[in-house]
Amino acid sequence: MNKPSELPILAPVTNEQRYIGSSEPRHGAKRLTEGQGKYIDDLQLPRMVHVVYWRSPVAHMRIKKIHKDSVLSMPGVVAVIDGKELSQICKPWVATLSHLVGMKSAPQHALAVDRACWQGEPVVAVVAKTRAQAEDALPHLQVDWEELPAILDMHAALDPNQTLIHSELGDNICFKRSLNVGDVDTQFSQAAVVAEATFKFGRHTGVTLEPRSQIAHFSADGRLTVYHSQQAPHMMQDLYCRQFDLIESDVRVVCYDVGGSFGIKVHAYPDDFATVGISMMLKRPVKFVADRLESYLSDIHAREHVIKGRIAASKEGEILAFEIDDLTGIGPYSMFPRTSAIEGNQVVNLVGGPYKHQHYRANLNVVFQNKTPTCQYRGVGHPIACAVTEGLVDLASRKLGMDPLEFRKRNVIPDDAYPYTGASGIKLEALSHEQCLAKIEDLMDYPSLLAEQKSLREKGIYRGIGFAALIELTNPSPAFYGIGGARIASQDGATIRMDPTGVITVSVSVGEQGQGAEGIFAQIAADAVGVSIHQVRVRTGDTDTIPYGGGTWASRGAGIGGEAVLLAGMALRENILKIAGAMLQIDSSQLNVKNGKVVDRLTQQEKIPLSEVGRVGYYRTDTLPRDLHAELTVTRHYSQKDYPFIFTNGVQASYVEVDVHTGFVKLLKHWAVEDCGRVINPMLVDEQMRGAIVQGIGGALFEECLYDSQGQMINGNMADYLVPMASEMPDIEVAHVQTPTKSSLLGAKGAGEAGTAGAPGAVVNAINDAIAPFGVHNFDQPVTPEKLLRTLGKIS
Amino acid sequence: MNTTSISMTLNGQLIHAEVEPRQHLVDFIREDQNLTGSHLGCEQGACGACTVKVNGQIVRGCLVLAVQANGANVQTIEGLTADGVYKDLQQAFLQFNALQCGFCTSGMLLAGAELIETKPHATRSEIREWISGNYCRCTGYQAIVDAIAHVLEERQSNLK
Amino acid sequence: MKAAAFNYQRANSVQEVIQLLGKYGDNAKLMAGGQSLLPSLNMRLSNPQILIDLQNIAELKGITQTDQVVRVGAMTTHTEIENSPIIQQHLPILSEAVPHIAHRAIRNLGTWGGSCVYGDPAAEWPACAVALNGVMVIQGAQGERRVLAKDFFLDLYTTALEPNEILVATEFNLSAATNKHYFEELSRRHGDYAATGIVCQVELKQDVVIDSRIVYFSVASTPLMALGVQESLKGKNIQSLISPEFLSSAIQMAKSEIATLADLTNSAQMKTHLVGVLLERALKHIAH
Repeated sequence: MNKPSELPILAPVTNEQRYIGSSEPRHGAKRLTEGQGKYIDDLQLPRMVHVVYWRSPVAHMRIKKIHKDSVLSMPGVVAVIDGKELSQICKPWVATLSHLVGMKSAPQHALAVDRACWQGEPVVAVVAKTRAQAEDALPHLQVDWEELPAILDMHAALDPNQTLIHSELGDNICFKRSLNVGDVDTQFSQAAVVAEATFKFGRHTGVTLEPRSQIAHFSADGRLTVYHSQQAPHMMQDLYCRQFDLIESDVRVVCYDVGGSFGIKVHAYPDDFATVGISMMLKRPVKFVADRLESYLSDIHAREHVIKGRIAASKEGEILAFEIDDLTGIGPYSMFPRTSAIEGNQVVNLVGGPYKHQHYRANLNVVFQNKTPTCQYRGVGHPIACAVTEGLVDLASRKLGMDPLEFRKRNVIPDDAYPYTGASGIKLEALSHEQCLAKIEDLMDYPSLLAEQKSLREKGIYRGIGFAALIELTNPSPAFYGIGGARIASQDGATIRMDPTGVITVSVSVGEQGQGAEGIFAQIAADAVGVSIHQVRVRTGDTDTIPYGGGTWASRGAGIGGEAVLLAGMALRENILKIAGAMLQIDSSQLNVKNGKVVDRLTQQEKIPLSEVGRVGYYRTDTLPRDLHAELTVTRHYSQKDYPFIFTNGVQASYVEVDVHTGFVKLLKHWAVEDCGRVINPMLVDEQMRGAIVQGIGGALFEECLYDSQGQMINGNMADYLVPMASEMPDIEVAHVQTPTKSSLLGAKGAGEAGTAGAPGAVVNAINDAIAPFGVHNFDQPVTPEKLLRTLGKIS
Repeated sequence: MNTTSISMTLNGQLIHAEVEPRQHLVDFIREDQNLTGSHLGCEQGACGACTVKVNGQIVRGCLVLAVQANGANVQTIEGLTADGVYKDLQQAFLQFNALQCGFCTSGMLLAGAELIETKPHATRSEIREWISGNYCRCTGYQAIVDAIAHVLEERQSNLK
Repeated sequence: MKAAAFNYQRANSVQEVIQLLGKYGDNAKLMAGGQSLLPSLNMRLSNPQILIDLQNIAELKGITQTDQVVRVGAMTTHTEIENSPIIQQHLPILSEAVPHIAHRAIRNLGTWGGSCVYGDPAAEWPACAVALNGVMVIQGAQGERRVLAKDFFLDLYTTALEPNEILVATEFNLSAATNKHYFEELSRRHGDYAATGIVCQVELKQDVVIDSRIVYFSVASTPLMALGVQESLKGKNIQSLISPEFLSSAIQMAKSEIATLADLTNSAQMKTHLVGVLLERALKHIAH
């Protein structure tokens, strides 16, 4: 059994630090073990109706006529609404960001108007009293349509002679970018070692266990309330206002329990807007829950890339240059509002990330396809960039005859080199690659594994060890979205209130999707104020009651939300002490709050309980000095302003056994050393790492959205789309290095995505290490048994 | 809408209802009986989020019709919670952080409980095999295996 | 998705089932465990007018042994097979196969008969029935008839059951010979449809093979027997089976006689290759 990793103690950030840094269990999770969760589909509202969407059955069609009559008369059917009707109240949108220069996309409607551009695009809404009745009605809806030619292959999308998905755009290219740093050609021509490979990544998707779910309720008083399984409620509030001409104070977005999100639920889907629009038209609550088959077609996909990569190294083992050419296919529209070019753009920024080479060239083409739209999904470009980088690093080390761990040690940016600007221009505050590499070598007992691998090879058993060093962006500033014109907040806030009896409530603009955000906010608030965690309640997810902020994405919850909670808690403590000082006629600097009581700072002698401060502060202000200003409700906002992103770093290792007769891969063990700055709760961070690693393994070995030649997804169900299940997953050991960020008091960086960033690279490198005796390798994810057998020449 | 009368014992209580034959047991439990602790993840029997107990055995609630459960003894997390092996597992799940978003949790608990009852000496890999029909996207499974292993170990040592 | 509407009736006897089948014909579907039927209903892939539930029919249940015959009732669940001492003692190949069938919650309801009648090429039970020379006991309006398992599985999702017939049980004649068996299925995730699987039953008399069934599943539309390989085993001493020459020719023969078909993610060539790999493993195991 793995205990949460044991961490060295950092200097405390609060006066008394009982909870920050400890593996406090999540007190808010108990009800989830009792079946008392509150997920959107659990809610029933009076007069609520259900919507199902008629979705395009083909990749590309012209919509001709929609015959509603036979459906309207079916049992329970309340309305049938098409794109033209909805466009009267909901504006179309175009998802581009101005800082991705030259990016283009076409206008998209909530329900398709004129054309549907991917299999699964919603076209008509059928609304009925029950979901079953709506589904009964759906086959009776007659839609006249004409199939149009579809672009399904990324290379075809680049070809100017192919059909254009959107003729007004002039081509099928959403975004192009080229980066040329140093003198790559000279480096490659002079290098002792050059290695190259083509890396393929299969399109896959998030498969949140709770599907996308939403109840939109537009009431007679003109207020819109949307109950949503979502990560960024304020972003959705803003979008509903803009698309439907409403004002923020009339729009409330409420997130309760979210059954997994991982980025799938941070985007604004056309059916989100359609459901809201229908509620506005019908003036009653409308529930939409995507069923699983629908999820596969309509949830965002991600990670479809073909990347040609090269690495140049000197004979002494110094990496000189990287070069990549990345072709990535998205959907027919860039996804709203975060855009679908970000993933490819991040690949360009992140390839080579851990290393100190000076020369780098990258070329990126992000092309449209008539397939499900893609957008940010846990890791966003990092898993791709890391797998490419680390695959090339292994190829070079093999050519050099150097141990792959040793090769990495020689080439990572040294721990004392920071701040450092990477070859791609990324600004790195303070990383710890050297420490992490040393630590993982120890954690996995690398020499023993090497010895075991060697002796088993002699018996015809092929095991492999693979490494992946990684960097991961977290705690973003507005550099991510804001500067591009997106109304996505990079700042977050916490309002902390002491009630008269001394209990604390904290409302935070970053929400909970299972990662433990509410747990760590309670830990931080308890330490910041000086109370027991059992005296703290955390509220998130409701735009009516939380401060305005950005929500959950880009691993920012702990670093940014946590800092806001810390600042608010510390300010509340100061105010408590001002009131107590006035009550006790002592200067507040001589007092402290400890365990719910005001104490003498030096002697720890208890003076008065917080409940006394509350009683006087709320009910006996007549006894306090006239000029005393000390509120017992405090709001603080925090925005990370020192860097575009606070990068973290880590390294992972995978140990596998490849059955060279069947192509089947067994995952024996996995290790991760992660530096996410100050760890607020080791148990929660370790579990985030494990979950993220398994999610990455999914893309490396199992998951792919498969399409036929007509653009139909052929495995869009849970029997045929393979998600990782318990039997095949390894035990995962996690350890930490802590290099706090100086951009905040808390010093916490993010940790939610690093696992997914490194796992595919480590696993594929391990597989290739296992089959290295055969002189072959495979960089085509997901690495299936069939692909391996072909690589090994067992089948032609 | 053709409906039929059914009755069953649900979490220890005898209930009567009118259902359409096509309604599966979990929809009946969630919508008609307002017990929302069992969840829907796929409706094709692949994810395990809908796991409930019928006549003492775990089943996929989406692959059983309410009418099939006419006369049966049905138990859900709400009825099983905080009692016996479920209580031990719930405590272990919290101790090991064997849940994050909570959507798979009721299914995992019911599956874990049936393992503990049928295979008290289950090894770690047997635990993994047993819960391999329950999809979790958040935890990566290890903490769940740890929690179940912990309860098994505790029970073995209590016997000594 | 929610299933389309249908009617439901519980039958109380095999006779009643036959009558109902006569009345409703193709508009009725028999429901055994429902673990394959309900997913297809929930996904609206099938749209029967009425479901006839078999859960109350005592005649269809139970595992019994009479002399040298083991009878497995069609409504026996996979879990009941897993727990059965009769099976563990006399038909251990079924005990080995059962943990590979889906997952526990499905095994608690899914049935032997349901699996055999559904005729999924990836299912374990049809291949096991063939490997054990099972006899399918069928009841219809004309009374009882029996079909050998090897003649029962005709095509994809198609068996020798006529309309208005119901599978009642499968009987296994326990052979007096020494039996050795091998079961392996290769699937990327535990409980999934296999990429390829093999079930072997070899009967020996003093280390000489007198008969065998080598059955592959998840390779084509039905379980397939390697007839040529089976012939080549006859009369051979068990040790000779793993001589390099014999292995090589047996593997060659299996790969050419088993006509594999691709599935969603595995090509026919992949399956053919695995046919050879599994045969080698089976013979090596049996020879030891």
